[in-house]
Amino acid sequence: MLGAAITGLLLLIGVFFGGRAQRQHLADMDRRAEALSDIIVTNLKTIPESGQPPILVTGSVVIAFDYFRQFVAKFVMFFGGRITMYETMLDRARREALLRLLEAARAAGAREVHNVRYEFSRVGSAAEQGPGGGAELLAYGTAIL
Amino acid sequence: MILSNTETIPGYTITHHIGLVQGNTVRAKHVGRDLMAGLKNIVGGELKGYTELLEDARQEATQRMIAEAEAKGANAIVNVRFSTSAITSGASELYVYGTGVVLG
Repeated sequence: MLGAAITGLLLLIGVFFGGRAQRQHLADMDRRAEALSDIIVTNLKTIPESGQPPILVTGSVVIAFDYFRQFVAKFVMFFGGRITMYETMLDRARREALLRLLEAARAAGAREVHNVRYEFSRVGSAAEQGPGGGAELLAYGTAIL
Repeated sequence: MILSNTETIPGYTITHHIGLVQGNTVRAKHVGRDLMAGLKNIVGGELKGYTELLEDARQEATQRMIAEAEAKGANAIVNVRFSTSAITSGASELYVYGTGVVLG
């Protein structure tokens, strides 16, 4: 009974603070994306000639697989279908990784980033499918000046 | 050392292929960081300690790859790829590889 109450409380904390953090993060990413919108980003392998050597740029983020999401996902997985919570979570992480890549490109003075690739991997305790842990999203590409 | 994840670099000609160069590192998480990660698992969001840990590790792996390329006489590495794999529950391997070349 006490265990269930603690779980319930943790889930409520997760819903409240997690939701608020997500809204703030999305707004923050919109602002940063706006400031970096002049950089051309492609995943094309052929890059234009610029006369200067290209620079390899990366951006990465490790996100938590929080208990609330895992709890809800377990219910959804019983019936099958879309797990929209994970969709939003991964989308946020991927956008954050790309923004960090663009910030690195901007810091290096680049105007274009080509051949952008994403890498995903589980880290921490979740590597063995236990609860908790996180996932890393890495974006990398070739920046040209 | 010029690094690129494209196969060729416009404006430069590859005069010689040195071969595959690589760098890896295996990093374990740290107890303090893991405690913070445990708390973050309640509300979700970024695990900053892990982001920094993996970022450092990736730089180290890249440095090892560059050192190998330099030792073999390359002046650029093309088609660089990154890969991360969780080898046990507490440790990750960061691996970076590419083709060492001599640019003319």
